[in-house]
Amino acid sequence: MTRLTFGGALRSALHRALAEDDRVVLLGEDIGVNGGVFRVTDGLQAEFGPRRVIDTPLAEAGILGTAVGLAMHGFRPVVEIQFDGFVYPAFDQIVSQLAKMHYRTGGAVTLPITMRIPVGGGIGAAEHHSESPEAYFAHTAGIRTVVASTPQDGAVMLRQAIACDDPVVFFEPKRRYHVKAEVDERVDLRTALPLDRARVVAEGTDVTVVTYGAMTGVCLDAAAAAGDEGVSIEVIDLRSLSPVDWESVEASVRRTGRLVVVHEAARHGGFGAEIAATLTERCFPFLEAAPVRVTGHDIPYPVAKLEKHHLPDLDRVLDGVDRVLGRVAASPVSAEPAPATESLAVRTPEPVR
Amino acid sequence: MLDLYREMRILRRIDDEATALQRQGELGLWPPVRGQEAAQLASARALTPGDFVFTSYREHGLALHRGVRGADLVKVWRGVAGTGWNPHEIRLATQQVIIGAHTLHAVGWALGETIERGEQHPDAAVAYLGDGAMSEGDVAEAMVFAASFRLPVIFFCQNNQWAISEPVTLQAPGELADRGLGFGIPSVRVDGNDALAVYAVTREALERAHTGGGPTLIEAVTYRMGPHTTADDPTRYRTAEEVAAWAERDPIDRLAALLRSEGVLDDEAEREVAAAADAAAAELRAGCVALADPEPLAVFDHVYAEPNRTIERERAEYQRYLAGFADANGFVEVDR
Ligand SMILES: Cc1ncc(C[n+]2csc(CCOP(=O)(O)OP(=O)(O)O)c2C)c(N)n1
Ligand SMILES: [Mg+2]
Repeated sequence: MTRLTFGGALRSALHRALAEDDRVVLLGEDIGVNGGVFRVTDGLQAEFGPRRVIDTPLAEAGILGTAVGLAMHGFRPVVEIQFDGFVYPAFDQIVSQLAKMHYRTGGAVTLPITMRIPVGGGIGAAEHHSESPEAYFAHTAGIRTVVASTPQDGAVMLRQAIACDDPVVFFEPKRRYHVKAEVDERVDLRTALPLDRARVVAEGTDVTVVTYGAMTGVCLDAAAAAGDEGVSIEVIDLRSLSPVDWESVEASVRRTGRLVVVHEAARHGGFGAEIAATLTERCFPFLEAAPVRVTGHDIPYPVAKLEKHHLPDLDRVLDGVDRVLGRVAASPVSAEPAPATESLAVRTPEPVR
Repeated sequence: MLDLYREMRILRRIDDEATALQRQGELGLWPPVRGQEAAQLASARALTPGDFVFTSYREHGLALHRGVRGADLVKVWRGVAGTGWNPHEIRLATQQVIIGAHTLHAVGWALGETIERGEQHPDAAVAYLGDGAMSEGDVAEAMVFAASFRLPVIFFCQNNQWAISEPVTLQAPGELADRGLGFGIPSVRVDGNDALAVYAVTREALERAHTGGGPTLIEAVTYRMGPHTTADDPTRYRTAEEVAAWAERDPIDRLAALLRSEGVLDDEAEREVAAAADAAAAELRAGCVALADPEPLAVFDHVYAEPNRTIERERAEYQRYLAGFADANGFVEVDR
């Protein structure tokens, strides 16, 4: 075991992938000498050379389109998009080419490309540096979409993504880059939890909270706070948004009968809608209440000084838990505003009845 | 010319002040402009007030020249507003973060100008972009449109040698100006640290644009003397010798030497310029630290131009939610 940050664990996975397979090549802006703006590729160019760790011209469509050609030549490209907001120029190559090539060619062409994308807000950044674009990608058939949220998962899931023959969008929550933990860097991928499986990160019996990425940490804090008040919350880190490990999530919701979905991205058409709809279809007789979504507002990501009013935090997660427990109006779209004080049930010091 | 010199000195002074404000936690981030004062301000001075300017994040000189002052220069970098000015009022678009995207906006604005006013006396659109930006697909498309429609556009590329850690040689093996020729755009390479030369080539490009001659690409060869932004550590990728060599070609020193040899600048004028620069820096600092955080519900403002039920419902919900804290704790801010 080694004590590593999330970013350090990702670097370790890249190092291993480069060392184990000389078809693995890295492409991106400022990933060479500079080691990436988050230092995830620090030192890799010095060790593996500029033909394996490639600083590209400043052009994201170029990076993705080139990766497609490299993959057709037999390589396993791992591309870094510097920030979430800069992936959009590459969107055409991802959606029209990368996602469809295997299908189009009747399986003849595989494109094992990993797209590393720092994701999400909470770091006080400038515009376009705090996006949560996961729904666009999860909506696109032909690519997998995953989000790692811990150093250990970072180390293993990135290796799994690179080993995967499908294109994988690999989101790295920026807020987690400096989170540290003990990491086993030598996990055997054959026995590790598969890339497309969810993980129960806190067990509970009253409410199932489904989340991913940086919100996993927030939801764990909320679960601890609710636990102090006698409410038992199960937190599931989804990890893979496409495909989704429905069996694991469904098993939990059948037990608790209550579902809260939490993500940073906007609510309208957000990934939470898919979770809520599918689990309603699959667990309807077991549900004690309508699923609740706790999400960012339906706005462009706001300026840094307002982001705390956009991002779900511990209190907003607990408010969602209150709602699914019927302590306040069940649905946020309800015309009838709930008495505001009731929403504090879980937070007030009095024991919850 | 003394006015240009004064403005360059003011720009450098407020640039340093903004970097200091970032170091002191008053700004979230700042992209320093040091070294590019001649490229930005001599070209800005060549424009007429009707010309519409589209820039990237580093072109504080253009904002200064168009009259943006004090706190308005740093609101965005403090994270309290999306813009420090109204683009229509001063014909200056907000600073663009997505590399190259605004070059197409400039082209579209110029197209509108020719539709409305014909080719004879249009105002020009001027797009400022970096050497790195020259690689983006949007920029290639902008040049195709500008050339195809013979639009009154100036692509003003500040080749400051670096795109974060990537040297310009990674973007192009030869000269960036050559690229314009391939699109059929008259292109010129100029010493971007020579204020008079920058002024002259910009005038010429503008003359072409204003008289139906179509677009021009200007490559102003200059140097980013500071870090990419306050979050960047340039010692990771470039040498002190390189920086020192460019310091020898400092555009402000060069203009000062010229003005002194012409007898336009003397010690007294220098003192007056320094005082003006200090005053501008003081105004910036005072305005910056006085900037309050926006109201929480401002997150819902201006998402749409038309009334929108989704936004109004969410605003009301969030207001009720915040009121719950006020009732319970006696204060409105969610503070943790
Ligand atoms: C589409 C896009 N990709 C990547 C970035 C990240 N980024 C910000 S500035 C920059 C370098 C820009 O270099 P250049 O165009 O030379 O302008 P300069 O910073 O030198 O003024 C990069 C890669 C971005 N802002 N937008
Ligand atoms: Mg540059």
